[in-house]
Amino acid sequence: MILAQLVLNGLLVGAVYALFSSGLTLIWGMMNVVNFAHGDFVMLAMYVAFFAATLLGWGPAAFVPVAAMALFLLGVLVYLMLVRHVMRGPMLAQILSTFGLALVLRYAALWAFSANFVSLPEDLTGQVVTLGGLRFEPSRVLAGIAALLVTLGLHLLLTRTALGSRLLAVAEDRTAAMLVGIRPDPMQALAWGIGAACTGIAGGLIALFFYVAPSVGESLVLIAFVVVCLGGFGSVPGALVAGLAIGVIESLSAFWVGAAFKDVVVYALFLGALWFRPQGLLGKA
Amino acid sequence: MAMTASRGAWGRGVAVLGVLAVLALAALLPFALQDVFHQRIAALVLLAAISASAWNLIGGYAGQVSIGHAVFFGVGAYSALLGYTLFEWPPIAGAPFGILISLVFATIIGLPTFRLRGHYFSMATIAAAELVRILVVNWPLVGGAVGLMGPAVPRSTLDLSFTSPRPYYWTFLGTLTALLLVTHWMSRSRMGFYLRAIKGQERAARSLGVPVQRYKYYALLLSAGFTSLAGSLYALMVGFVDPDSGFGILISVRMVIITALGGVGTLFGPLAGAVILVPLEEWTNATFGGAGTGITYVVYGFVIMLISRFAPGGLAELWRRLQAAGRRHAA
Repeated sequence: MILAQLVLNGLLVGAVYALFSSGLTLIWGMMNVVNFAHGDFVMLAMYVAFFAATLLGWGPAAFVPVAAMALFLLGVLVYLMLVRHVMRGPMLAQILSTFGLALVLRYAALWAFSANFVSLPEDLTGQVVTLGGLRFEPSRVLAGIAALLVTLGLHLLLTRTALGSRLLAVAEDRTAAMLVGIRPDPMQALAWGIGAACTGIAGGLIALFFYVAPSVGESLVLIAFVVVCLGGFGSVPGALVAGLAIGVIESLSAFWVGAAFKDVVVYALFLGALWFRPQGLLGKA
Repeated sequence: MAMTASRGAWGRGVAVLGVLAVLALAALLPFALQDVFHQRIAALVLLAAISASAWNLIGGYAGQVSIGHAVFFGVGAYSALLGYTLFEWPPIAGAPFGILISLVFATIIGLPTFRLRGHYFSMATIAAAELVRILVVNWPLVGGAVGLMGPAVPRSTLDLSFTSPRPYYWTFLGTLTALLLVTHWMSRSRMGFYLRAIKGQERAARSLGVPVQRYKYYALLLSAGFTSLAGSLYALMVGFVDPDSGFGILISVRMVIITALGGVGTLFGPLAGAVILVPLEEWTNATFGGAGTGITYVVYGFVIMLISRFAPGGLAELWRRLQAAGRRHAA
């Protein structure tokens, strides 16, 4: 029974991992640029949720969309002001630019909000429900299901709409896309906006049951890397499967090996996977 | 032909004399700095230049951007103080073991990561370093989250524990000189050409018969050994290390930023970066109340964003641009 509970909790957290990792995989797949500040985007969204809930008394239905919009704007700005100028430059400049952004966001948050761990009010989403021996915490259930739906929505947006086709066209072949009249620049700005909006929604959802602190981005960005590498670069369904798997693996290893070592298990798995399949578990060779 | 050859030898003689003169001036610097505060900063500049120059071997010359070099730095620092904690050795006796362990770690880390290029290598090195940091935090033998202390009072001269920063300054200057000589020799050797080829276009280098994996390994081992030595020297001077000051991601980032600021893959870039960034760091810490507020790292972040946006080659590139502008102006 405890095993079922661990798997359930892992799946619910994993859905949130899948959501923000989908944002990373979209950016990555489209322009082969890695956003090292991705975890810190999630951190910012968590603070948006925290302040909206504590200062304004908002519920998740209000602060999650606001966090998504705020982060969408941030993503577009980061693309226009920073990424656009370095993405054709040397590899080091690409890595350092978003890494510098991560440092600025993380330590500006530390300076502004202090290193204290804070959390949202407990009673925001209602009472724990016990069903068939399983404990359903409403915050986790809400976060998991919402994240799952948004991730599927993103997949549909990319595969079933004209806009999605244009985004994928730029990802596939920039020059060919230009030849058929798609301007890559707005599409790439939009991809950064959507990718960051994913972190906005995920951050708002994860704040429902996870502590909020300036340092959370550090481990979240590594989780996103692991998920994207396992799921294949640019693949949203891959990120979904890998995100759910990482959630379950974390949950089980926290139980079996100890909470302090759950990240060690995930990182070791990541290095092992890179060793055997550098193109990702579900990715194409 | 003979003319140019003799001019080349003449030029080299002048360059050697110039370097010796600068070295002599650098050795005399602690006498010009009267107060201990400035002497300490001068020593810290050299220490930062050592670890950044060590990173430069793999990150700059070979173009493999590691963001996990804190592993080697931490192993060096911990080895120095662990020998003291467990067996009462003088801290410096731990340094060779630190280098040895770092070489083993480098070999292990290279296995999965050298198959990767670009961002993938960077991400894998971050994950490897974080993995080691978490293990150290949870390992009581090496002090866990608290860390390790060196001897509080020097028991003999072998402890190399001085109240004045001057002896540290000269130790660091000697180490940095040795490291830069090795780097210079390496960049002129076959290995230097191979590494430049790998950095430029790895696939092309491989198809031309460059033993890519082997030479990446050589660069990583050389880099890891010197980074570990820098860690041991740090422990020697500060007498204390904990998981964050040894294995923290910011230790890795600092090496990258200093090198990127001065000029990646250039001999004196890391030193130039350290001369600017370390005093800046001391100043922001003093002005904004300690490293705890994080303002120093906000400054770091802005510095590397600006470099990557406007001058990916760092100060070395700006210097070349300035020279070119000067020549155009003169012509």
